[in-house]
Amino acid sequence: MAFNFSVPTNLTDITNGHAKPAQATFNVKTGLAQMLKGGVIMDVINAEQARIAEEAGACAVMALERVPADIRKNGGVARMSDPKMIKEIKAAVTIPVMAKVRIGHFVEAQILEAIGIDYIDESEVLTPADELHHINKHNFKVPYVCGAKNLGEALRRISEGAAFIRTKGEAGTGNVVEAVRHIRTVNSEIRRAASMGDEELFAYAKELQAPYHLLKESARLGRLPVVNFAAGGVATPADAALMMVWHGHFILAKVLWEVRVLWKGQLGCDGVFVGSGIFKSGDPAKRARAIGTFRRFISPILIPISINYSHVTYMSPPTSVPTVQAVTHYNDAKVLANVSEDLGEAMVGINISDLSEDQKLAKRGW
Amino acid sequence: MVVTLSQQNEKLCVGVLALQGAFIEHVHILKRLPEVAEAILVRTQEQLESVDALIIPGGESTAMALIAERCGLFEPLRKFTRSKPTWGTCAGMILLANEASKTKKGGQQLLGGLDIAVNRNQFGSQVDSFETDLHMSAVLGESAPPFHAVFIRAPIVTALNSEDVQVLAKLEHQVGQTDTETIVAVRQGHLMATAFHPELTPDDRLHSYFVRLAQDYKGKSQDVVTMAN
Repeated sequence: MAFNFSVPTNLTDITNGHAKPAQATFNVKTGLAQMLKGGVIMDVINAEQARIAEEAGACAVMALERVPADIRKNGGVARMSDPKMIKEIKAAVTIPVMAKVRIGHFVEAQILEAIGIDYIDESEVLTPADELHHINKHNFKVPYVCGAKNLGEALRRISEGAAFIRTKGEAGTGNVVEAVRHIRTVNSEIRRAASMGDEELFAYAKELQAPYHLLKESARLGRLPVVNFAAGGVATPADAALMMVWHGHFILAKVLWEVRVLWKGQLGCDGVFVGSGIFKSGDPAKRARAIGTFRRFISPILIPISINYSHVTYMSPPTSVPTVQAVTHYNDAKVLANVSEDLGEAMVGINISDLSEDQKLAKRGW
Repeated sequence: MVVTLSQQNEKLCVGVLALQGAFIEHVHILKRLPEVAEAILVRTQEQLESVDALIIPGGESTAMALIAERCGLFEPLRKFTRSKPTWGTCAGMILLANEASKTKKGGQQLLGGLDIAVNRNQFGSQVDSFETDLHMSAVLGESAPPFHAVFIRAPIVTALNSEDVQVLAKLEHQVGQTDTETIVAVRQGHLMATAFHPELTPDDRLHSYFVRLAQDYKGKSQDVVTMAN
């Protein structure tokens, strides 16, 4: 594999490392991300929401103190969540539980690892703790997911040990435009790299500030060399499906006679993170109305599930189940039409042009 | 007899359930096998009805079961597993088991079919996931090199509830609190289940084994039809 320099065989004394059970290998770290593919990871702020997400069919939950929309509204420094809350969420659900740490804050990460979190998100949504360095993620047994808005950033994170990438989008806006921009940027940079000769790739690695071997591997694969989810501003089932679709491109390359299929492009992203879009659709009053409408008119498979948790019945927000269905059936417009019906008011959303530069979370990360 | 041989050599269309999880990895391995005519993603009943055998991949078993129910695929899947060769890896093993413990609150829907009990997420959280070698001589032969098995938040088999269940693999080391000799792969007739992920390694021997199992099964069921006629 291109991740490691290949040491000449038997030059040194190595015993077969895998005869005995080996934990925390890169294989095991990326393995969980592979299992999450085709799924929706939902932001939740307590055990009740985590149960709702699990019943909606989420493949994992992201535990955080405030969803990005509230972080935006309230301002101040956003930090790692209370470990007690994370433990409660872990106890409430059987799906993997992820949690966010501030960029560069390796002690928050050590704390999360100690309480047995399944994945850490070193996230731009929280206030950065280090404006130069990210965490050395190789030092941890727990795997990491990191945000990226272009190929160079994604490959730098992988080089630091991230086993899973999500494109950043602009969290907490309910506006998908930045997510689309970041996916298109990553894809177009990979396609450019795939059409380059080796000499050009060395120069391109310098331009992107990306490790050469990871750039080379991405060019060869025609995709990021780890699982890649979309995130940031996904508000509706249609948004979620948009993240998954990628129309095929065939590139004519190098030799006139030789048509090399460099980009098969059956996939856009491998899955989707949704945050504020699920539990923040509309203001509370509007949301209640939306749920009412939804319950009266929608077809049986879309009836929002109500579940019993600690003697209290919670109503699932109207977009949670359809979002999961939309990610599975992203290439079936009839299913998408069905699940998009009568969802009520989506979250209001923010135009990116209304944000001042310092309000743009995606700019954090280096 | 000649007819039977040619039937056994018939190439198969193998489906991979593609509701959520690591389905594309299975497809990429299946496409390398000469016995496989076609490997397709299964998301609808029509697609399910077009395949000779099915793989239920790793992923989140709760998510898969809920999505299957909501798109009306759960009962067709249950029907399929009663008569056609099916292999479940990790989450797929849970769905094929007749009993599962440590399920989500309110329990979990299972397809069932395999007379085993499984314990979900036996080893702990993701930091306890691991990879190890398994010899699996019942599948691979006595002198074959071991199979490199990747366990991600994996289940284990806690009970065999029928004599028809054949053990294909056991752990060969203690892992955390889990004993060596713990059962991690089984077969019962046309159903097969592994707690680990052969789709995460380049080794295609288990996929070959499953496809041959499916070919045998198809050959036999056609024999029965021929004899009945």
